[in-house]
Amino acid sequence: MTTALLEHYHRQNRRRAMLVGVMAVIAALGVVLDLVTGPAGLPLGETLRALTGAGEVSRTTEVIVWTVRLPVAVVALLVGAALALAGAEMQTVLENPLAEPFTLGVSSAAALGAATAIILGLSLPFLPTRWAISGNAFLFALGALLLLQALGRARGGDPEVLILFGIALNFAAGAFLSLLQFIASADALQQLVFWTMGSLAAASWPGAAALALVLAVTAPFSFRAAWRLTALRMGEEQARAFGVDVRALRRWSLLRVSLLSASAVAMVGVIGFVGLAGPHIARLLVGEDHRFFLPASLLTGALVMSLASTLSKTIVAGVLLPVGLVTSLIGLPIFFALIMRGRPGR
Amino acid sequence: MSGAGANTAALGLSVRDVAINYGRRRIVDGLSLPDLRPGELTVLAGPNAAGKSTLLRAVAQLTPYRGAITLDGRDLAQLPGRERAQLVGFMPQTLPAGSSLIVLQSILAALRATGETPAAQADAAAMAVLERLGIAELALRPLNQLSGGQRQMVSLAQAIVRDPRLLLLDEPTSALDLARQVRLLAELRRLAAEGRVVVAVLHDLALAAQWADRIVVLHGGSVHSHGPPAEVLTPAMLAQVYRVEARVERCSRDRLVVLIDHEMA
Repeated sequence: MTTALLEHYHRQNRRRAMLVGVMAVIAALGVVLDLVTGPAGLPLGETLRALTGAGEVSRTTEVIVWTVRLPVAVVALLVGAALALAGAEMQTVLENPLAEPFTLGVSSAAALGAATAIILGLSLPFLPTRWAISGNAFLFALGALLLLQALGRARGGDPEVLILFGIALNFAAGAFLSLLQFIASADALQQLVFWTMGSLAAASWPGAAALALVLAVTAPFSFRAAWRLTALRMGEEQARAFGVDVRALRRWSLLRVSLLSASAVAMVGVIGFVGLAGPHIARLLVGEDHRFFLPASLLTGALVMSLASTLSKTIVAGVLLPVGLVTSLIGLPIFFALIMRGRPGR
Repeated sequence: MSGAGANTAALGLSVRDVAINYGRRRIVDGLSLPDLRPGELTVLAGPNAAGKSTLLRAVAQLTPYRGAITLDGRDLAQLPGRERAQLVGFMPQTLPAGSSLIVLQSILAALRATGETPAAQADAAAMAVLERLGIAELALRPLNQLSGGQRQMVSLAQAIVRDPRLLLLDEPTSALDLARQVRLLAELRRLAAEGRVVVAVLHDLALAAQWADRIVVLHGGSVHSHGPPAEVLTPAMLAQVYRVEARVERCSRDRLVVLIDHEMA
């Protein structure tokens, strides 16, 4: 019986690995779909020709594809991947399925940072002006999570304490944000509101490169911690009995979460839902073995964002909707369907 | 299997002058245990809040303490987590019910969270442990679909999969039916006989009388009495520690039974 069970287990694992592979392909297709949609109405063949450089395409097409659509598509993909991976790690290390960077104050801190740039005109001294908003948002978001960790550590690093501090931080940042909005000019206020809705319109190659770099630096460490994170699903005490240094695991994991979510929110503003739903969808698909769960979360987030980006261009013809709105609109039905149909333990 | 340089006198578990605070409250004060030798199954008994679980968690290095806890002469507090996890297995009172991990994955996580066990070897070890405990058929079931008793057996599997030298169990039979209680305790005896130090917190004194080599009774954070069950389980002890009037009698096959008559006024 043992051999049969082990074989079955290995078959399941192969299926999980394949599922992750299939998700990677679908996420790639999502990017292509994102690329070929847009107000300019380029035919698929021409877009792909512009992309691959095979054959003649007009200068306009080339510009649209390379400087508008591709950065948007790539940033969407990376933001989704970063937020979902951050959410997945956060849910595990805080032992709470509702934890995600944005419920713990990252979004309001980032919005407050953006507001200091937009409304008060404050920014980092040697940053180019066009990066002022992103720079402040990044600093505030990162600062919020680091502050959260410091406060949590002072109280023993309990996940529940961290979550409570996160909620407090969320409200504190929200209060200061309201204060700034109160004194803001009408123009500045409008700019801020648009920023908080989350938009891919400002996507650029340097932004994409920065995000890719953060992902490339953090993701390998996440994947390397997969077994330790899986062990933590048995509870903190058990994980410690298995020899895991849970405090260190939590500290480094939250640092990765901070970097990922702060850079994502700095690039595109507040995009809710992906960090929460990505991991949940991934868990329903591949279970909680983090060797599969982490990459599956990352890919789910990437796919959801690509689809959201595509839809943000197509729902209302000629209007680019804030992508943050769309993630909720398309993510929710999928999410509900999976919860209703989902069988635990797959 | 003992550490280098450990002399025979130091073989086994030694707990000396241990003090444990919970917040500002002292739970355990200057407690020393008799040396617990490999091959023995020791039961920690005592009323609620006597410090049994706290002491067990201190030995497992899961709660801070002052004093010396050594295994085969090596100070457990000085060992890095990874090394300690190879030597000490800990079975908690409960396993979280919310995880959808499948049983085999959870055992593998226990094994691979810190070690460098190659995958194939880990798979075989995990299955062997499930087989040994008679729960191989649960291997592919998610944890959140198991009964409390099944989860407890899985928890034991997680505790012994690293083949620890010291095995600590916090009320391991609390959710088990009668047959599984006997199976688990018989298994603990076998694990001890293989050369391990086994320490279990048990509330059921009848089970303790039947299976333990030695009972240590804790009361108010210190050791009230210890020794073989027949010496420790006396009406006087039950009156002092548990505040009950009780009889301890020998029945057929020379088995000890503890009969509780009523609570003392």
